Amino acid sequence: MVLVYTESEGGKFKKIAHEAVSYAKGIADMLGTSVTAVAVNADDASELGNYGASKVLNVANDSLHNFNAGAYADVVSEAAKNEGANVVVLTSSANSKFMAPLVAVNLNAGYVPNVNSLPESATPFKVNHSVFTNKAFASTEITTNVKVIGLAKNAYGVLENSTSVNVEAFAPEVSNGDSETVSVDKATDKVTIADAEIVVSAGRGMKGPENWGMIEELAETLGAATACSKPVSDMGWRPHAEHVGQTGKPVATNLYIAIGISGAIQHLAGINASKVKVVINNDPEAPFFKAADYGIVGDAFEVVPQLTEKLKAFKAQNA
Amino acid sequence: MKIAVCISHVPDTTSKINFTDGDTKFDTNGVQFVINPNDEFGLTRAMWFKEKQGASVHVLNVGGPETEPTLRKALAIGADEAIRVNTAATDGFSVAKQLANVIAEGGYDLVIGGRESIDYNGGMVPGMIAKLNGANFVNTCIGLEIDGTEATAIREIDGGKETIKTSLPLVIGGQKGLVEESDLRIPNMRGIMQARSKPLHIKEPLDTAAETRSVQFQKPDPKGAVKLVDNVDDLVNLLHNEAKVI
Ligand SMILES: Cc1cc2nc3c(=O)[nH]c(=O)nc-3n(C[C@H](O)[C@H](O)[C@H](O)COP(=O)(O)OP(=O)(O)OC[C@H]3O[C@@H](n4cnc5c(N)ncnc54)[C@H](O)[C@@H]3O)c2cc1C
Ligand SMILES: Nc1ncnc2c1ncn2[C@@H]1O[C@H](COP(=O)(O)O)[C@@H](O)[C@H]1O
Repeated sequence: MVLVYTESEGGKFKKIAHEAVSYAKGIADMLGTSVTAVAVNADDASELGNYGASKVLNVANDSLHNFNAGAYADVVSEAAKNEGANVVVLTSSANSKFMAPLVAVNLNAGYVPNVNSLPESATPFKVNHSVFTNKAFASTEITTNVKVIGLAKNAYGVLENSTSVNVEAFAPEVSNGDSETVSVDKATDKVTIADAEIVVSAGRGMKGPENWGMIEELAETLGAATACSKPVSDMGWRPHAEHVGQTGKPVATNLYIAIGISGAIQHLAGINASKVKVVINNDPEAPFFKAADYGIVGDAFEVVPQLTEKLKAFKAQNA
Repeated sequence: MKIAVCISHVPDTTSKINFTDGDTKFDTNGVQFVINPNDEFGLTRAMWFKEKQGASVHVLNVGGPETEPTLRKALAIGADEAIRVNTAATDGFSVAKQLANVIAEGGYDLVIGGRESIDYNGGMVPGMIAKLNGANFVNTCIGLEIDGTEATAIREIDGGKETIKTSLPLVIGGQKGLVEESDLRIPNMRGIMQARSKPLHIKEPLDTAAETRSVQFQKPDPKGAVKLVDNVDDLVNLLHNEAKVI
């Protein structure tokens, strides 16, 4: 049996939950077994049947309102034990990565994060995952009875697979331990780098924080999240949370637009997993051009406003 | 307070990544090794605890003799003692078991590790140590204050941050934000001299079996040439019709 943890927010499943179930279904088909999903405080758990879950363990528990890694790890581990899971699928969200090592210890299971695709083989159980911050891939065997997999972001896609689904109430014993979340500070009106389909990122070429208006406008037009290079956050032009790259946040979006960013190896490592990369830079020798799919050699201060205008017109046309 | 900082010894961020022996081993040829960047932020935070609140700081590593220069560097930055568990670090779970054992024996109040090693990107060792030893755990930690046995940690979450109240013994997976880039310390001559006479203990490993085994490595396919366009109309057109991302 393949067990999958499905993340929700305010009762609604996130896109990665649908992707994780789709992926779990792929593994279950390889192993000739079925998918059980675990959902916490979700409004409509049966929705997961659309992606291949045949059973949902539905946890309704007010003490789990705020994410607590220890308690959530207990939920997933108890579910895995009850169901006799061979494989546990988690994702690459911050919460998933927080609880994964705890789940692995609870289940005495080998854990491999950043997995890109379905297992290469079921026996031995071998998965492909990115290492060296996307500078390479490894093929790794998991030798324990239970295997924990962290699915990389945007690696598999959402696949519809209509399955008849049983939703069961599940009330495992959980302990919030000694840790309590006392406040959450999260902008709810902005697209996050983690959830975004498109990221608009800018670097030192923008000269100063006062010039970010055009970056934000472009991002808004595209429904994209904003990001930046490391020096930009080090100098305080932009918040730390926007710093992407090897030592910042990884970006695995469909479209990554880099404006006035040179393309240093540490920057590229973190954004390599993005599918389509566009670079706007006035220096044709900038290393980013070697890593990009599309490029415009030009002054960001001219190109970016033009691009925003063009996209607005395009959107109006295709609305 | 007794603090352990777990130090992973990793290729410098500028390293070109290559493999040898039929793509089964990382090629260390010409590669410069450094303290894992996430751990360097943690080490500096530990030095602040030492200077402001009083603490002894030990740095721990699981690895062969080749990691000793990295541990000496941590001593030169100001750690008091180093412990190296003498076995190759091949699998995160096994590394965590080795470290959990040393940490339980040493009775550390606070264990600072990194959010992830930049080589294998496991992101698992600190959390596993915490669970194995029954300690509290905060990952992606960007701020930490300790008052007696109470701890207040700030954690980065997708799209923001949250504040967690917890208590010692505590393990964190740290990153930039614990201290800033400009707070990082470069060892000075005096530190380097002192580090030579600080204790670096070598421990024999526990007998554990690995849970995972990397059997083959591969580099991404070389990238096709960039398509240069000279106006935004063409760009929007290509993104819509060719790349199909808008
Ligand atoms: C240990 C370590 C870790 C690191 N980790 C990261 C990381 O995670 N992420 C990261 O980003 N960096 C990281 N770096 C830093 C990295 O090496 C580079 O210094 C950094 O990425 C450069 O940022 P930048 O491209 O914004 O600035 P620059 O290198 O200064 O590039 C600015 C670019 O803007 C272009 N430009 C200038 N004016 C214009 C204009 N008017 N229009 C268009 N283009 C213009 C220039 O041609 C240039 O290419 C790390 C470095 C180290 C040592
Ligand atoms: N071999 C090791 N020796 C000591 N600490 C380690 C080792 N490997 C990982 N760590 C610690 O665990 C953190 C996360 O590593 P990882 O789980 O490998 O991504 C690192 O930032 C270190 O603090």
